[in-house]
Amino acid sequence: MIYQPWPWYVAGPLIAFLMAILILMGKKFGMSSNLETFCSIGGAGKFVDYFKTDVKSKRWNLFVVLGSVIGGFIAAHYLTPNDAVDIAPKTVEKLQGLGFESAGTAYLPTELFSMEALTEPKVWIILLVAGILVGFGTRYASGCTSGHAISGLSNLQKPSLIAVIGFFIGGLVMVHLLYPLIFGA
Amino acid sequence: MKNMYFMIVGTILGITLYKSEAASWFRIYEMFQFDSFHMYGIIGSALVVGIILVQVIKRSKVKSFFGEPIKIEDKEKSFTRYIAGGTLFGLGWALAGACPGPMYILAGAGYWPIFVVIFGALLGAFLYGVLSPKLPH
Repeated sequence: MIYQPWPWYVAGPLIAFLMAILILMGKKFGMSSNLETFCSIGGAGKFVDYFKTDVKSKRWNLFVVLGSVIGGFIAAHYLTPNDAVDIAPKTVEKLQGLGFESAGTAYLPTELFSMEALTEPKVWIILLVAGILVGFGTRYASGCTSGHAISGLSNLQKPSLIAVIGFFIGGLVMVHLLYPLIFGA
Repeated sequence: MKNMYFMIVGTILGITLYKSEAASWFRIYEMFQFDSFHMYGIIGSALVVGIILVQVIKRSKVKSFFGEPIKIEDKEKSFTRYIAGGTLFGLGWALAGACPGPMYILAGAGYWPIFVVIFGALLGAFLYGVLSPKLPH
């Protein structure tokens, strides 16, 4: 059972319980603020006052990050004998049309996330730009999927609803309008 | 010792997001194509349970495990920063197929190219810090 992909009705409530445990530990569930903490640790405070923060008070969250790295390692190496993601057949078809032959056979597309893919300069640019958008966007919106879509909406926060609507505007534009330009022939 | 607990929470989170395939690029693409209920089920059921748990915690006025009072802060009111930042984040989320939690999980899983995404995300966070006085919030 544990070796099979976990169904949504197991994962969703588990995520909510983890959020509640963090609240009961006097903290909150939010992964993207760690990006700022890493910048502060890296000495970004020397250039911009924004990063002159008390890193100590945010150290707990770095342990959540460390745990999630360990969790990813355990899940991928010991709990997942077959890592092909069984996405919808029509999704596979759409992806193959864009040149993603690995659709339906892997956990991540080998066209972007293999060492071989990194021999292509275009892949570096795609991954780097994607990262910059994620980092810039979450800090501008002061939260990501965990901070807004899960924590914020659970606390019925209107700002989080606005942010989540933004997530979907961006995601839909990327997948429907920009993918054909980026990946299409 | 406290840090150990935070690490365990992170570990369970990592296993959950990896095993439910919420950390898979393919699931994110499929979600934005509306081809499957899977991701909506994860976020939706997390929300239903989350709303109930947050209400219970707020009303019961329990103290934290460490004896401190619990305060769940409201988000700062604004429109521009949430819609603009959210849209930029959404563009990145759909392209990288990973948000800040899964980025670290995938690093642990051994998908080395994710480090390019993580480096980009750090760069993006830094750029925000630099530009934030000039941006509309």
